[in-house]
Amino acid sequence: MASLRDIKSRITSTKKTSQITKAMQMVSASKMNRAELNAKSFVPYMAKIQEVVGAIASGTSDSGHSMLKSRPVAKTAYLVITADRGLAGAYNSNVLRAVTNAIRERHTSNDQFVIFAVGRIGSDFFTKRGITVIESAVGLPDQPSFADIKEIARKAVGMFTEGTYDELYMYYNHYVSAIQQDVTEKKVLPLTDITPSSATTSYEFEPSADAILEVLLPQYAESLIYGALLDGKASEHAARMTAMKSATDNASELISSLTLQFNRARQAAITQEITEIVGGVAALE
Amino acid sequence: MKTIKVNIVTPDGPVYDSEVNMVIANTTSGEIGVLPGHIPMVAPLKVGAIRLKKDGQTDIVALSGGFIEVRPDQVSILAQSAEVSSTIDLERAKEAVKRAEERLNLSQQDDVDFKRAELSLRRAMNRINVYEGNI
Repeated sequence: MASLRDIKSRITSTKKTSQITKAMQMVSASKMNRAELNAKSFVPYMAKIQEVVGAIASGTSDSGHSMLKSRPVAKTAYLVITADRGLAGAYNSNVLRAVTNAIRERHTSNDQFVIFAVGRIGSDFFTKRGITVIESAVGLPDQPSFADIKEIARKAVGMFTEGTYDELYMYYNHYVSAIQQDVTEKKVLPLTDITPSSATTSYEFEPSADAILEVLLPQYAESLIYGALLDGKASEHAARMTAMKSATDNASELISSLTLQFNRARQAAITQEITEIVGGVAALE
Repeated sequence: MKTIKVNIVTPDGPVYDSEVNMVIANTTSGEIGVLPGHIPMVAPLKVGAIRLKKDGQTDIVALSGGFIEVRPDQVSILAQSAEVSSTIDLERAKEAVKRAEERLNLSQQDDVDFKRAELSLRRAMNRINVYEGNI
């Protein structure tokens, strides 16, 4: 049996660890609330832009804009949203596994796809495996603003327009609730799933529908990416909170079992001491 | 006097939401004024200012592109960034001007960097103009 002092030091160190995980859990909880608010304040923008895109798409059914047309796929791009740090349970590994599986199913060689990585974990993961990461955004703040992601979003959309690749998929954790986040795959480009809105308002286009689509569609695609980032951030904080909560729970479980062990060992030591004294007295008589 | 509802939204949240008498915007095909009861219209916007007239006073909002959607009773402006003149960070805008000018001097005329610097210069100048109120 371990000595009293050994057990005691293990209890102390486990307590220290649980204090840290507890603090991290609370930090993540408050960050998650903020992230949820951010995601909420993005909703009106997204709803509006979707409405207008839908209205234009229904007004001009045969628009020849390149972002609306599917073309034969020679190269695919994946935009992968992960965290910058670990300690978030299965948050990062779930996304990375989904991407790796998709790549293995769809592609036979590394030339057929490229990666955009948001988050250090994802960027390192792909670089280490010798997969081309065209652009990565690392060190994003916990409450990202649109300006933080504009660069990579613009590049991802721009390279599609230039024809570097013919499809753009997004992988991220969709925030369902504080305890559930689902890995989601979303096709960003080409924009084939625009639902024409049923609204009967027919717009005047100034100067023309095509000129508006030219401005609107890139903006729409970029906001899809930003929306996914906000969603991913909320999931990240939720995942980290849950992971830290279970770490804290495990620590307190460990502490209680160690305390039990410590008490037993102490009792055994006392009993032994008494036996020794009694034995000593008996020997004297 | 009749009013029209105006919403200015960005990805970071709503920036402006109020009833006004008239909206004046810089579209790519020229300046337009929108009064209540305008026919439904959509137009892309230039980097510039939106003027919102309300009971004789004018609110000014700096925009970096985006587009305007007009309906008879409502105007929505969607931009990637927008600031009401009172919330503009003048120091930041001035620094952005300096940075953009430096980059313009360094890079070649037909470079991507050149175009990017030009755009950011235009955005920063726009912010300063809106802040100082000389549109």
